[in-house]
Amino acid sequence: MTLELVDVSMDYRLHGQQKRALDGVSLTVSPGEFLCVVGASGSGKSTLLSLVAGLTTPTGGEITLDGHPITGPGPDRGLVFQTGSLYPWRTVERNVAFGLELLALDTAERGRRVDWYLAETGLAGVRRSLPRQLSGGQQQRVAIARALVCEPDVLLLDEPFGALDVQTKEDMQLLIRQIWRDTGTTVLMVTHDVEEAVFLGTRVVVLASDPGRVAAETSIPLPDDRGLATKRTLAFLNLRASIEDMVRASHRSGVTR
Amino acid sequence: MRTALADRTSDVRATWPPLPRRTRPRPTLLTIRTPISRRAATTLTVLSLAVPFTAWVVLSASGAVPATFLPSPGAVLSAGWEMARSGELAVDVWTTTRRVLEGFGLAVLVSVPLGILMGTFHAGQAAFEPLIGLLRYLPASAFIPLLIIWLGLGEPSKIAILFIGTVFFNTLMTADVVRGVPRSLIDVSYTLGARRGEVLRKVVVPHSLPGIIDAVRVNAAAAWNFVVVAELVNSTAGLGYRIVRAQRFLQTDKIFAVLVVIGVIGVMIDVALRLVRARVGRWAG
Repeated sequence: MTLELVDVSMDYRLHGQQKRALDGVSLTVSPGEFLCVVGASGSGKSTLLSLVAGLTTPTGGEITLDGHPITGPGPDRGLVFQTGSLYPWRTVERNVAFGLELLALDTAERGRRVDWYLAETGLAGVRRSLPRQLSGGQQQRVAIARALVCEPDVLLLDEPFGALDVQTKEDMQLLIRQIWRDTGTTVLMVTHDVEEAVFLGTRVVVLASDPGRVAAETSIPLPDDRGLATKRTLAFLNLRASIEDMVRASHRSGVTR
Repeated sequence: MRTALADRTSDVRATWPPLPRRTRPRPTLLTIRTPISRRAATTLTVLSLAVPFTAWVVLSASGAVPATFLPSPGAVLSAGWEMARSGELAVDVWTTTRRVLEGFGLAVLVSVPLGILMGTFHAGQAAFEPLIGLLRYLPASAFIPLLIIWLGLGEPSKIAILFIGTVFFNTLMTADVVRGVPRSLIDVSYTLGARRGEVLRKVVVPHSLPGIIDAVRVNAAAAWNFVVVAELVNSTAGLGYRIVRAQRFLQTDKIFAVLVVIGVIGVMIDVALRLVRARVGRWAG
């Protein structure tokens, strides 16, 4: 299940002015890969994910999944937003079950699948809670479980831990690594946090800002078995520093003194 | 880059006078959005009811205002009791309530789907918003003569007034509520495989339901107003009719009694809808 972006551009109009959010972005996401896209704000990261999800259509270029052009959103590309996309009136288990309720599955089959993903994301204990009763980290677990239960070819993560405190964020990073290794799902994640990208990714793509375009890409030659201690190793710190330099170099800051 | 702390001495700000500080006022009963003590709250609530009632008692007992203008609470109570005993109150209440159920019920049946349509689809908004936005400014009571010409003096014209008086507001309020469904919730539903109808049924409607009930609650009060207005003109039963009839015989005590009944029923409807809202909207906390 290869995801391929070929020369993808995205223009939009803002206050009557033509703006280019993405400019000729070409990317290939291979099966089983964990690809992190980093870039400052204005680099079109979220636009990129929205295009892959099929929520918007590129004004130029083509996006294909396994050779088939993407024509709209679907459960083969599960999406997790930063915040606020849970169904507030549904309990945790019914949030997770949403995508399966749309399919011709009997209750037992649906329940079995929901149970597995609730356990995998550590939500079994709060399955009957409402979203507002959960912490920010738990809410993101629900969003991840809800996308994964549909068995997507690629899981799209749009700064999923951006609104969490540092400790919770690290827990979630370990969790998503674990899930990625357990399920073998291909993951495409955008973030502005270089440390996060290096820790999670098998490969990192740096986007330049205004308009968003690919500035650099590098594979992350860290072992598959990563713990929080990995973040203190010299190899990790060197990678992080060099990628942070790339992000900074490709970010035209609007603030000067 | 700004130079650092080193040459603070040459900082022009050193020559500025110190910035004046304002004293912080003590918290009072009127501190914005701050809870007051339970006792203070209870006292205020009791006073807000007791003061007007006492004024009524004193004013009517002092004889300063003739009883035909302002009947005493006792007279109102006995007039009400008399109407209840004779059975005419029950007939009036039921007649009026039935009109509200029919007229406002019809308005809800039309306005909720229409509002959902307008709030969900830009096409729906483009097609209906201008007309409804205009029509809601036309006072429903001004339609009474027209409706009597069109529909006659019977039930249909009264139900039509109720309908006209509430349907437009309820439509626009419903549309507003539906427009409040977060975009991300709709987007994420598509990525989970939902189709348009499923997004509408499983996302837009459940998310909007508490807000729609709120709109219905607000407009139920308007409906209750319009029905009495409709009954003031040419009817043979109902609470509005009872008021006109009492006026003819200068029975102010009866008018007051009917007003009390209208108020009590209104509060009951409000409380009932609040309970439904609390139950349906439990998830919103």
